[in-house]
Amino acid sequence: MSATAPLACKPGDYKSETKPIWCPGCGDYHVLMALTRALAALGEPPERIAVVSGIGCSSRIPAYTTCYGFHGVHGRSLPLAAGLKIVRPDLTVIVASGDGDGYSIGGNHFLHACRRNVDLTYLVMDNHIYGMTKGQPSPTTEPDFDTALTPGGTGVRPFNPLVVALASGANFVARAFAGNPHETANIIVEAVRHPGFSFIEILSPCVTYRPDQRAWKDRVHAAPVEATDDAARAARRLMTDDGFNLGVLYRGNRRPYRPAAAAVPCDQLELEKGFEI
Amino acid sequence: MSDASNIRAIDSPAALYALAYEIETDAVERYKLLAEQMETHNNVELTRIFLDLARAEGLHAEEICRMSGDLGVEAKDGPIGTWRTESPESADLNSAHYLMTPRDALLMALAGEERALAFYSGLASAAGDPVVKKLAETFVDEELEHVELCRRLLRRYPLPSGASAGDDPDPPFAVD
Repeated sequence: MSATAPLACKPGDYKSETKPIWCPGCGDYHVLMALTRALAALGEPPERIAVVSGIGCSSRIPAYTTCYGFHGVHGRSLPLAAGLKIVRPDLTVIVASGDGDGYSIGGNHFLHACRRNVDLTYLVMDNHIYGMTKGQPSPTTEPDFDTALTPGGTGVRPFNPLVVALASGANFVARAFAGNPHETANIIVEAVRHPGFSFIEILSPCVTYRPDQRAWKDRVHAAPVEATDDAARAARRLMTDDGFNLGVLYRGNRRPYRPAAAAVPCDQLELEKGFEI
Repeated sequence: MSDASNIRAIDSPAALYALAYEIETDAVERYKLLAEQMETHNNVELTRIFLDLARAEGLHAEEICRMSGDLGVEAKDGPIGTWRTESPESADLNSAHYLMTPRDALLMALAGEERALAFYSGLASAAGDPVVKKLAETFVDEELEHVELCRRLLRRYPLPSGASAGDDPDPPFAVD
């Protein structure tokens, strides 16, 4: 190795000094572990990566990494990240969200981020509950989730994020389980490398408000079929999916959205000129 | 969790040393993560237990480095690992709980050691190369010792008479 060769980063190099304050056993710890391993495997130094999030337990993740971070407003992580990637296409942009932030408050942005197909990797830590605000049902909560807040259950059909992502044009669709950080790390690596909008739903148990989700580790299983690039076939599979198939389920080949180079001022002064009144 | 079937072919002592090193370093990382979770929530006793477990696995990793001589297993350790799913010895991260007891932590460790024992036993019986077989048997002996150690430590923490980690007398309250 020459004296000037850059040293490879280890997973620990992507972890900040700030200690996570999630509940013990929370799946989000393991997503952080998977993410740092994936970033080390990708070999990009922290200063070449931006982690953008919205609001919620899962959205605390940027503070726990040494990458550039943006803890945005509720549900708005995707437009923030898309803007960043368009202006700085050289950065690897990871977007972190939860099922409330991503599918409810930010639901509309989710659809259009899939459509635009900007080269982003979107990690949604799905625990079927609003954990940070103490247990309200989210868009992915089961209809029979019977609590003091939802007596007799919500009675509402849950949102199917993978089907929605595929139908809206996401170029890479996968499901992972937080309890399998190796497997999740491998999927994140593949998602980042895949051009366009990559969506990974990560089943991330909320052990505090959904102790029943401890059983997820026994329910998850490898997807029985290989990923396809045929959206129609993927749609049929996802519509009959049991919600616990893990792995890459769809790899599309749509061209990612890239604005014409001339339209993207990367120079600070040029950018400021654009905002002049 | 993993078994021998989801790991690439171990056809040389170097490959087995490298894999064993990965298994131990993965275990260290997981125990440190669990210690961090407990430290955040001021559970001093469990923080200490998980740090002790991390230290023990770290010593085992160092021992593997020493045994492997100049094979450079440390340099070959990748950020993600060899296995397709999870490492055989890995602690079940989903089992952590804010009401976890030292006994629960040791049961978690015991389960990991038993999986590692089963893994190396499977490898030893399937190995074609006599050198790989002998080395796998060495790791079987090591893991047997670890299983016994966990069992001995568990005797210090007898079965609770009533409630377990899952029985929360003051459960989280969902507000309107």
